[in-house]
Amino acid sequence: MFTKPIHTKLLYLAILAAALLLPWYVPDAYIFQIVTMSVLYAIAASGMNLILGFTGQVTLAHGAFFGMGAYGVAIMTKAGIVFWLALPVSALIAAFIGLLIGLPTLRTRGAYFAIVTLCFGVIVWIVSGNWIELTGGHNGIFGIPRPSPIPVPFFGQIEFFTQTGMYYLALAVLLLVLFALYRLVYSVFGLTFMAVRNNEPLADSVGINTYATKLVSFVAGCFIAGLAGGMYAAMMGAVSPSAAGYMLTFNFLIFVILGGMATLPGPVVGAFAIPVLMEFMQFLDDYRMLIFGALLIMVIIYFPMGLVGGLRRLNQKVAAWRQQKFPESDHASR
Amino acid sequence: MLKLTQVHTDISGMQIIHNVSLEIKQGEFVALLGSNGAGKTTLFRTIAGVLKPNTGSIEFNGAPIHRLPVHKVVGLGLVLCPQGRQLFPHLTVEKNLRLGAYPLRGNKIRIHKNLDRVYELFPILKERSQQQAGTFSGGEQQMLAIARALMSEPQMLLLDEPSVGLAPLIVQQMADVISNINHEMDTTIFLSEQNANMALNITDRGYVLESGACVLSGDCDQLKNDEMVRKAYIGA
Repeated sequence: MFTKPIHTKLLYLAILAAALLLPWYVPDAYIFQIVTMSVLYAIAASGMNLILGFTGQVTLAHGAFFGMGAYGVAIMTKAGIVFWLALPVSALIAAFIGLLIGLPTLRTRGAYFAIVTLCFGVIVWIVSGNWIELTGGHNGIFGIPRPSPIPVPFFGQIEFFTQTGMYYLALAVLLLVLFALYRLVYSVFGLTFMAVRNNEPLADSVGINTYATKLVSFVAGCFIAGLAGGMYAAMMGAVSPSAAGYMLTFNFLIFVILGGMATLPGPVVGAFAIPVLMEFMQFLDDYRMLIFGALLIMVIIYFPMGLVGGLRRLNQKVAAWRQQKFPESDHASR
Repeated sequence: MLKLTQVHTDISGMQIIHNVSLEIKQGEFVALLGSNGAGKTTLFRTIAGVLKPNTGSIEFNGAPIHRLPVHKVVGLGLVLCPQGRQLFPHLTVEKNLRLGAYPLRGNKIRIHKNLDRVYELFPILKERSQQQAGTFSGGEQQMLAIARALMSEPQMLLLDEPSVGLAPLIVQQMADVISNINHEMDTTIFLSEQNANMALNITDRGYVLESGACVLSGDCDQLKNDEMVRKAYIGA
């Protein structure tokens, strides 16, 4: 069996430690906000990765489900419902609408699903800009309250009035989502997701209910998007149609593809690396998109598994080279 | 065990299978002969539930199955091993096999037992259990496809043209393994083949399909000596 070298675990631990200590070494509020947004985007992109990467269904409405979570929390908390109830309810609403969309469309194969979800994403965006009574139209909804403090016995309470509190909340949810996805993807049921992606007619033949599998994956992915959207609303204090827009979908798509499809760290890496890259290329204005287009094509051709897949391949090559060069020291290095 | 009564199947308006009736008993090893485009694959896909017959009925162990979705049919122990060495190319050999055992999910002891059994049958798969299935040669892929079909302990196996595109030596190996599965494991096998010579040497009896209709049936010796079969499929 191939076991992960110990240094991979060390790397993950180091990243976790760096993430936990972030508020101490990133004093700049602007950059801190970008990082917190990246955490939220990483959550949403991980949900998209479940549908797109692991199950192979090209969903182009992920921004819309993010938006449903955001508007859900915005409307409910403004109506006086506490955030801790509004968040799961909004995510469930996103999941339920995902179910309604998935029920007819996931029966089809190939491009049809992509086209339907793309249209649905645009429709949600248009509706969010025009249903003024519910969404406030293009101005959106302002003054969304922060999550109420959680009382902790013997400790006082955890507050979310600062950016730091929201950051830790987002980080906790990201870790929870990644853990849930880890358990799911490496279970027998998770294997069926990959079977559907690899060869759907064959998945049918071995006795997998491919329709139900795709539906579960899609609904779970939409739930995760709604969760991320809900936290976005509470963190920003305002939502507007851009939080439900198709541009958001394509951002998620870029995070997933460049980061690494069908790898758990991929979307997280993408959600952090790409906004940083964007900041560095600020001076290029909209020409940045040209570079991203070229980058996307290059990655799809040469690194179909994205940044993370490319790094893994490099790591395997190095490991093979080391084994060839120092066959007996292999045990010591693990 | 399997009984088809006057089955008709359309694919997008074109009638492919005309009025096919046949019966296969427990433990039998039966061949389905026919040239390219005769409808062998369509017939198999209809039996397995991938396609639905327009009229007629299909019974398995006495219960009608022609309205059931594929995964229910597989659950009953009737497994199709599709044409063209279908695999999950990006997954390892072991994962491919574990997916074959999907109807037994949760039953770790039986899955483990079946894994040992197919590794015994195909030692090469054990050696390469962690290799990606897509990197295999044609013969190895076909072995993996058959091994995967065996993982769910099927009562009856539908093997759709396992010899296609394989070297003659490999075809012989494959034929040995398939008869072994029938004799030793007591699995009923329905084997579709263009290679009539090979098929008639290992099976008990056969059906001949032509333009979607069953034109001939009988014991292998009988079929081997039949004028039409000799001309059309054996070439002597």
